[in-house]
Amino acid sequence: MTDDVAIAAAAAAREAYGRRLSWLAWQWRDLEAAEDALATALLAALEHWPKTGIPASPEAWLMTVAKRALLQVARHRRLTRDPAVTAMLDDEFAHDDPDAPLLQPIPDHRLQLMFVCAHPALDARVHAALMLQTVLGLDARQIASAFLLPPATLAQRLVRAKKRIRDAGLRFEPPEGPELPARLQAVLEAIYAAFSLGWDAVAPDDHTPSDLIDEALYLAKLVVALQPDSAEAMGLLALMLLCESRRGARFDRDGAFVPLHAQDCARWDRAMIVDANQWLWRASALRQPGPFQLEAAIQAAHAQRAFTGTVPWAGIVTLYRHLLRIAPTIGAQVGHAVATGEAGDPVQGLALLDRIDTASIDRYQPYWVARAHLLALTGEAGASRVAATRAIGLTLQPAVRAYLQGHYHAADRAP
Amino acid sequence: MQYMLIYKETAEDFALREDPATADAYWGAWSAYIGSIAQAGIMLSGNGLQPPHAGTTVRLRDGKRQVQDGPFADSKEHLGGYVIIEVPALDDALEWAARSPACARGSTEIRPVLPPPPARA
Repeated sequence: MTDDVAIAAAAAAREAYGRRLSWLAWQWRDLEAAEDALATALLAALEHWPKTGIPASPEAWLMTVAKRALLQVARHRRLTRDPAVTAMLDDEFAHDDPDAPLLQPIPDHRLQLMFVCAHPALDARVHAALMLQTVLGLDARQIASAFLLPPATLAQRLVRAKKRIRDAGLRFEPPEGPELPARLQAVLEAIYAAFSLGWDAVAPDDHTPSDLIDEALYLAKLVVALQPDSAEAMGLLALMLLCESRRGARFDRDGAFVPLHAQDCARWDRAMIVDANQWLWRASALRQPGPFQLEAAIQAAHAQRAFTGTVPWAGIVTLYRHLLRIAPTIGAQVGHAVATGEAGDPVQGLALLDRIDTASIDRYQPYWVARAHLLALTGEAGASRVAATRAIGLTLQPAVRAYLQGHYHAADRAP
Repeated sequence: MQYMLIYKETAEDFALREDPATADAYWGAWSAYIGSIAQAGIMLSGNGLQPPHAGTTVRLRDGKRQVQDGPFADSKEHLGGYVIIEVPALDDALEWAARSPACARGSTEIRPVLPPPPARA
């Protein structure tokens, strides 16, 4: 099998897995049971297909076997939460020739599944992981490494979340009216969390696309397709595309880290930037401003350097001010301070950093990078080095650590 | 919770310590890392260790004492140092462990510290 075919097969499986699982979970209102049933069906397929040949409609075969597995569990327990579910399954069970073609395409309930995964009743820390596992079928071990969690801990949290979905009877119907924006925001945040983890994990010698970046872009495109009137979903997609467009420029040919301002913009993916800008325009036409659109607009302003040769810092400061008004995160505060410094007022930039709550900066590397940079701009070399040392100590990626060491501690250029 | 972060380094890491061309960067990264743990106010204790060849191993087998130079086990990674930190949960310990310069080539193991045994009645 060629690589292309393998990739296409994997993509089809991913698409199919999420569709099948979300449909079963939506019908059954029990994610864990649906997963078990789907796993049972896949196992049965591995056992039967080699003997009987691949059925005319593998999809229908799997769904029928999965439904039968669900029904058996229900009969065994002699209760379900929803009598309508049993009636529906009984009805299906009456004519369940596994080799019969599926009469109707499986409806797409993946967005509903995402809403459930990012439900406010669930621990926010599991939202992204649950989504990656259920909608895309990613392996828990793979997810655990990305989330910097012991695999056993993550597995435990996922199991607990699924039990809660069942026991609390979380609704699988899509949220409506005033509830929708907040629920959608939680879905988008979970997708962005997955993207950020993938982004941080990109290493200089890694030329294969990072799994999580890919998966997050896929999920964002899915949300945009399934919820086409959400400006924030488009904003998130634009934001991630703008970051992704710079992947090739983040490390030089020797594998050394290159910060944004020093990147060779000839190595940015212009087509991706144009694509992102179009999403951003479509989003702004909907007139629903939000944090992801503002963050995307900030990244779009940085991307302007590829076309105009300059970075519009004053405009970026204004965008950060809007962002802080609706989403005053520590990341936005630090970004605002740096932009203020770059726009010509590093003293004011430092004053903005000083306003940040000190309890939140002990582990927050970007704060110390920003502080070192602004202190260097104001000519305070000694204090800048001290801040840089904190940043170096908090850095996760060896390439970034080496860059900071080389830049601020010229004497100790990293190996 | 108290955790010991156990830094295991490779022969290459230990060589970086000695080479004048790389020693500054090696120690710079470690002192920045340990410094950030101390500044976060979570450090209880810790030490760096001299390389494995500076060690001596002793054991008793069949009543006979055996002393040998260097480490007992022939392994790719050797203990280079450790710290004990006080953090709320394993998640936090893992985050600090992942920042360690040892992770780039070697590894960092996280072990919960045993609580003191209950006092006898």
